[in-house]
Amino acid sequence: MTELYDAPVAARDDNAPVIDAQDIRIWYGSERGPVKAVDGVSFSLRKGEILGLVGESGCGKSTIGRGLLGLLPPGAEMDGALRFKGEDLLALPKKEMFAKRGAELGMIFQEPLTRLNPLMRISEHFEETLRTHEKSIGKEEIQRRALEVLRLMGIPPTRYRSYPHEFSGGMRQRLMIALALVLRPAFVVADEPTTALDVLVEAQIIRILHSLRSEFETSLLLITHNLGIIAEACDRVAVMYAGEIVEIGDAREVFSDPQHPYTRELLRSTISLSTTGLNFIPGAPPDLVNPPTGCHFHPRCPDAMNICATRHPVQHAMPNGTRVQCWAADLAHGRAPDLTEDDTAPLVREEISVADEA
Amino acid sequence: MLNRLLAPFRNTTGLARWILVTGIVITIAFVVMAVFAPWLAPLDFNQQKVDGVKLPKLAAPSDDYWFGTSDQFYDVFSRVIWGARTALVVVTLSVLFSVLIGVPLGLISGFVGGWTDRMLVFVMDALYAFPTLLLAIVFSFLLRDALGGGVTAAALSLTVIYIPQYFRVVRNTTVSARESTYVEAARAIGAKNSSIMGRYLFGNVIQSVPVIGTLNAADAIGTLAALGFLGFGIQPNEASEWGYDLNRALDDASSGIWWTALFPGLAIVFLITGLTLVGEGLNETVNPSLRKRRIRKVEMPPNEPTTALVEGRTR
Amino acid sequence: MQTKRDVTATGESLVDIRDLEVHFELRGGMLKRLLGMDTGTVKAVDGVNISLKRGEVLGLVGESGSGKTTLGRAMLGLARSTKGSITYHERGGEGQTRERVVSQLKGADLRSLRTDLQMVFQDPNAALNPSMTIEAAVGHPLKIHGIAKGEDLRPRVAAALERVGLAPAEQFMSKYPADLSGGQKQRAVIARAIILDPEVLVADEPVSMLDMSVRAKILQLMVDLKKDLGLTYVYITHDLASAKFFCDRIAIMYLGRVVEIGPTEEIFADPKHPYTKALLKAIPEPDPNKMVPRDLPRGEIPDAAKPPLGCSFHPRCPEAVAECGWESRDLRVLLEEHWTRQETTSYEEEQALVGSLDRLDDPQKTVTLGSGADSARVRGLLDRIRQENPSEPLWSGVDEISETGDGVEVRFHQGFDPELRPSGGVEVACVLHPKPVTVEPFRPE
Repeated sequence: MTELYDAPVAARDDNAPVIDAQDIRIWYGSERGPVKAVDGVSFSLRKGEILGLVGESGCGKSTIGRGLLGLLPPGAEMDGALRFKGEDLLALPKKEMFAKRGAELGMIFQEPLTRLNPLMRISEHFEETLRTHEKSIGKEEIQRRALEVLRLMGIPPTRYRSYPHEFSGGMRQRLMIALALVLRPAFVVADEPTTALDVLVEAQIIRILHSLRSEFETSLLLITHNLGIIAEACDRVAVMYAGEIVEIGDAREVFSDPQHPYTRELLRSTISLSTTGLNFIPGAPPDLVNPPTGCHFHPRCPDAMNICATRHPVQHAMPNGTRVQCWAADLAHGRAPDLTEDDTAPLVREEISVADEA
Repeated sequence: MLNRLLAPFRNTTGLARWILVTGIVITIAFVVMAVFAPWLAPLDFNQQKVDGVKLPKLAAPSDDYWFGTSDQFYDVFSRVIWGARTALVVVTLSVLFSVLIGVPLGLISGFVGGWTDRMLVFVMDALYAFPTLLLAIVFSFLLRDALGGGVTAAALSLTVIYIPQYFRVVRNTTVSARESTYVEAARAIGAKNSSIMGRYLFGNVIQSVPVIGTLNAADAIGTLAALGFLGFGIQPNEASEWGYDLNRALDDASSGIWWTALFPGLAIVFLITGLTLVGEGLNETVNPSLRKRRIRKVEMPPNEPTTALVEGRTR
Repeated sequence: MQTKRDVTATGESLVDIRDLEVHFELRGGMLKRLLGMDTGTVKAVDGVNISLKRGEVLGLVGESGSGKTTLGRAMLGLARSTKGSITYHERGGEGQTRERVVSQLKGADLRSLRTDLQMVFQDPNAALNPSMTIEAAVGHPLKIHGIAKGEDLRPRVAAALERVGLAPAEQFMSKYPADLSGGQKQRAVIARAIILDPEVLVADEPVSMLDMSVRAKILQLMVDLKKDLGLTYVYITHDLASAKFFCDRIAIMYLGRVVEIGPTEEIFADPKHPYTKALLKAIPEPDPNKMVPRDLPRGEIPDAAKPPLGCSFHPRCPEAVAECGWESRDLRVLLEEHWTRQETTSYEEEQALVGSLDRLDDPQKTVTLGSGADSARVRGLLDRIRQENPSEPLWSGVDEISETGDGVEVRFHQGFDPELRPSGGVEVACVLHPKPVTVEPFRPE
């Protein structure tokens, strides 16, 4: 299998996607029926690209991150097509997937302290990580590679033999990133990497993540609920709602001209320095066991039409290059020619209670 | 409310549930024996005569005497049934007493902290360090003068052994719960310490008490029998007690008389097993770190690629 | 939708905080405690002066470890002050006020204060007793203070729940916290806080644990409550954006001190303290044209048990000058930073030359590096580092580097700890403010 991505075509073609996910579904079993945490999600990442995955808690963004790395809990089912450098990861046996994880697919978690062994020195963490994937590696080589990646994270070599508790929160997150990158994976998932950190440290970490592409040529899937982080660090952004990507495209385009009402409302409800009035999206994200019919967002959508409640919209490319799954956007850009007048009439809904919220 | 109580039970996986159910069935069997002893047992526990005629001595099991008779002219079957009542009454009382003393002490010790806490922990650790049987013997000696050799005295001497366990568990959970935000919030609304302990901490720190209670009950059955066996337990004229019967049966066993020892012995083994299974089963259901949620299988309908949904598809 | 509400601050002092210190004794390791050794103190709040005006929203802004939460807790008497005072001017009858010194109250007196001062907590998932229904939780304050009981309780709880948007109240009363969403829990926590009709609400990061789309709703609720109930808020947050929207006045806190305080407009129009400027720059804004800022302060908030000499912010400050209090630990950071830019071989060589850095860990104004034999090479190394980045603020604080018999001696400039001083419309604790008259030509106001 390895020859596949060592093949000259795949290796030299910088435009070939590193990771290509098509129609990914991840469902969990529950008492009430399957929870459709991720339901038909497609995206791809090129070499050195940073894709931001944004959405409210419970929209399935963390599940995708874990699913891509084969880290789903028991009881979760995943299907679809997931190609890493052309190789189908979902078809791989568990053991080969384990070998890939760390070496070629990395993960950065939210809580760095819980992922570091308090009884192991930093040097030992690196030894363990490197030896798991490269059995015959020597101690000097380990130190050379570890110090090199630590340097890039701004951790001085004097701290190489320290224990995790001797580091501050931001330093620990840098350590986690260093550990994830020491094997130089081609693809890294960072799940809320700065949520536990203070603003100034957060900005430092974002800067480091931003520099990954030039230092490591790593493709990064950055999962966060913070739109500001996406805007500053990402090339492209995917907005998730109720297990689906409702809008995906160039970060600049999505933020300056959001096509999906959910993206627009999410941006409007974010409190920023330029906020002069408070806006919010009424209602709460839906139950993923029984999501609403038609477009999942229609019960909360200010632009909802009759069709939205009955027919599920399809992802279409918009003139600005983004892909959007919304009837209203389709209508505005002539992507839905067969809609009747009744279809496009505004949807009449029940009032949503103030406290019905996440 | 019932739903909340049953939720962990419904979420357990096969083995834990099987353990719990088996334990409950065995325990209930003994409870039935204890409650309905006067109707189930053909004779009274200290009855040696039927219609003025003495029972045969050491008769082998037969249609008349299912488990045979003992050297004291007792019917072994009746003694076993009545013994269940004694065992359960003593154990229930002792668990009740130790919970009533151990839980409040643990709560106060953990919440107040400081000097009080150190003293109580010291005393409890000292009690805990004693061999349990020795402690029980000492207390049954001390209580015999005041309370006689009856059920209450036996229950109280067992109580002393088990107080430290409730104390420790409740104290340790209280110490960590004391720092939680909801306790700080209770302070912020002006709650008194007594009200914080009673309304905020109590309900959250007693969650493991049922588990310890059941496991202690199982242990107490053994300790009670040991006391009886050694002659420090309930006096034979007060109630029927399996440990005492085993002691009496000691000499019989060497002369090939097996029934006087076997049946009380089996009763002890079964009841301890039953209670232990309930305790372990409860532990697995109540304790979140041990609980394995039941994994439900997901059936996915065949994937319809989004491209198949492209426009023109009829409603 | 509501825009910024009209300010109803009256200028009348409601809570006065004077020279407040909240120090915690550090519990060292087992051995140290047994030996009775001094284990140090954490100066969570270290000399704070603020007056809270009736009707205003005061923001306490800072990173974790800045002491903002401890200050908020001290205002309710939940954290004991070790020095200074907090005085609450209780409104009595006929416009009279009664002074109550929170920091001296105990027992029943302290508890009765809670009818006037209330708190909302950061984590709604932890602030409610998991084994208490919403009705019991929200009604408990009334019971505690003997304001209502039995039959009277239920309608008052229902009213409070509906006031915070949990309507219809019947739907929520019998529920347990676990059955509610995060936003609903926070509403219940707010209902519990307002049911006593308090004057002051200390809100400790009330929205930071909530989802983006819920934050605005809870903030809107707080705006409405303020207007309807005439509340005075202390809004504790690390998020300058929400503080800008919500607060009338902002106090920026760093390591237990207020470093800048003033009206919100002034602070945002012309931030003076370098820390305030850095915080402003670091906020991730959902604006595609804003890039990751380059000149961010290095490092993280220092250990409050061993604060830096001079100005606490100087080790991270991009604008620091000679007087900021440079010392040995800053030199350690400088050397370590230099080594993150070196190849392993030259790092090892230089490290051997300088020797152990542990001797720089105790704050000193004069330090010796290397050994007598190598003093020339150590000096050379320091000069090289200086040449790499001559604008590094630390060098301005170095008075003299001299070769002695024991190695290279580095002597730092005498620094001082700046106090909060008026500058422009605000008060700043920074050696650069107010700008010395000698540096700038005199300009009449």
